[in-house]
Amino acid sequence: MATAVTQEVLGRMEPPPVNAAQAFDVERVRRDFPILHQQVHGKPLVYLDNAATSQKPLVVVDAERDFYLHDCANIHRGVHELSERATHKYEEVRRKVQHLLNAPDLHEIVFLRGTTEALNLVANTFGRRVLKPGDEVVITAMEHHSNIVPWQILRDEQGIVLKVAPINDAGELMWDEYQNLLGPRTRLVSVAHVSNVLGTINPLRRIVEAAHAQNIPVLVDGAQAAPHLPIDVQSIDCDFYTFSSHKIFGPTGVGALYGKTRWLEALPPYQGGGDMIRSVSFEKTIYNALPYKFEAGTPNIGATIGLGAAIDYVTALGYENMARHEHDLLSYGAERLLEIPGLRIIGTAREKASVISFVVAGIHPHDIGTILDHEGVAIRTGHHCAEPLMHRFNVPATARVSLAFYNTREEIDRLVAAVEKAKGLLG
Amino acid sequence: MADLTGLYQEVILDHSKRPRNFRVLDDATARAEGYNPLCGDRLTLYVRLEGDKISDIAFKGSGCAISTASASILTETLKGKTRVEAEALFETFHDLVTGKLGARDNLGKLAVFSGVSEFPARVKCATLSWHTLKSVLAGDTAPATTETEDAEDQAAR
Repeated sequence: MATAVTQEVLGRMEPPPVNAAQAFDVERVRRDFPILHQQVHGKPLVYLDNAATSQKPLVVVDAERDFYLHDCANIHRGVHELSERATHKYEEVRRKVQHLLNAPDLHEIVFLRGTTEALNLVANTFGRRVLKPGDEVVITAMEHHSNIVPWQILRDEQGIVLKVAPINDAGELMWDEYQNLLGPRTRLVSVAHVSNVLGTINPLRRIVEAAHAQNIPVLVDGAQAAPHLPIDVQSIDCDFYTFSSHKIFGPTGVGALYGKTRWLEALPPYQGGGDMIRSVSFEKTIYNALPYKFEAGTPNIGATIGLGAAIDYVTALGYENMARHEHDLLSYGAERLLEIPGLRIIGTAREKASVISFVVAGIHPHDIGTILDHEGVAIRTGHHCAEPLMHRFNVPATARVSLAFYNTREEIDRLVAAVEKAKGLLG
Repeated sequence: MADLTGLYQEVILDHSKRPRNFRVLDDATARAEGYNPLCGDRLTLYVRLEGDKISDIAFKGSGCAISTASASILTETLKGKTRVEAEALFETFHDLVTGKLGARDNLGKLAVFSGVSEFPARVKCATLSWHTLKSVLAGDTAPATTETEDAEDQAAR
């Protein structure tokens, strides 16, 4: 049986991904993603919903599968072989995340369910340990609901004040207004690295510098940045940074939070349970060391191991190669879409990742989404978990195209033809 | 395979581009707001009840083709109907767009929405105005929402 499994695994192995020195070969890369090669409503799939979740290369699926086939055991517990293997593989991924983010210390990487849980962890623990009624937290007008609602919960329960830095019509942070919001009661700035709707890349270094000048720590929601940009938390100098595995071509259900040691040490535990303790008695419990203090209960071990494979994959591919290809697609996509009369792009920041939100005069985004789906083109329509942003641009919703390195110019052409078709039908 | 022309039928396209009874009803006896947070569709439904009878009905708002056409056809269908008849039509319409009911002869213009059941993601677009109607008749002041599905509904999809 074991031999059969091994042969099956070997038989499905693809050649290793291209290395950074080679030219970017999108057709070769696409072969690593079996899911892309299917028909939807009788048409070849064009997957342009990568900001919602990205697809997974076979190496990621195989890594998770191999864990369940060969190494499945709980971590940090057993003395037996499988548990040691599982623990080793799981902790190896922590090292990979540390390198991906260029974090100084391994214990500064906390595994969680994803970006949402990480933002909630900081809101909850920072809220309990640091924030007093009247203290202010600054966010921006382009935040995802997951970087709005946790602060509103604190506002409603603890009386903190939530301040929102405005954005201009291009979707860029208004610098002077942001700076003016920072004051003696500001205790934290929490900001998206990249907007999930507009694609805007925020000037993190400047944001952090301005905050640190007043001793204000900065939390960064990197969910939309990690799939597109190399991240260096030491260069950014942020106090917290978080991203989700599933947006960076890994499995769903896991993500990571980086926190500076002094902050992670200062903050209380988020959840209580196994693994986060050193010793428990009914009188007194001693919490575990970092990062385990924040990792209560059995984590998503299989998905974490898949995340490790995803990090290896994007690292081998090279952010520079990915970015060059995506940038070409972004400009080509914007150019082609703007040829459509009545189409308006929402989000035209100078620094932009590969997201194109748009509206078409006279056609609701939901109808565009349904018609595109029937052409095999998957996009997201709606408010993208950023309702305040919809109000800012005075639209009920947008259609959003979000690109990944495995998308092609031909797929952009299919998208444009499908939008034309929607116009023909409903315009 | 779900048929796109089954969803966007001529009658639906016509009503979405030229919605009927699309106005504020100044002498309305009741009104209610409907909001679908998922797609941002919003509408206000105005009803004038004379005794038990809907003597006039109109709506304003913005939404997708399906929700606009649904509201438009709702107003046409319900004008002159009694409260009880309107409530029965709500059930019929709901069953129709969720695929629990085949297209039948006695559905009148509502039958054009039979294609919606093939598009689970669009059912809420079609039912928004009907949920709002329910609010109007019940005298609810909170905006109607289509977000009433529970886990059982989701699993049944």
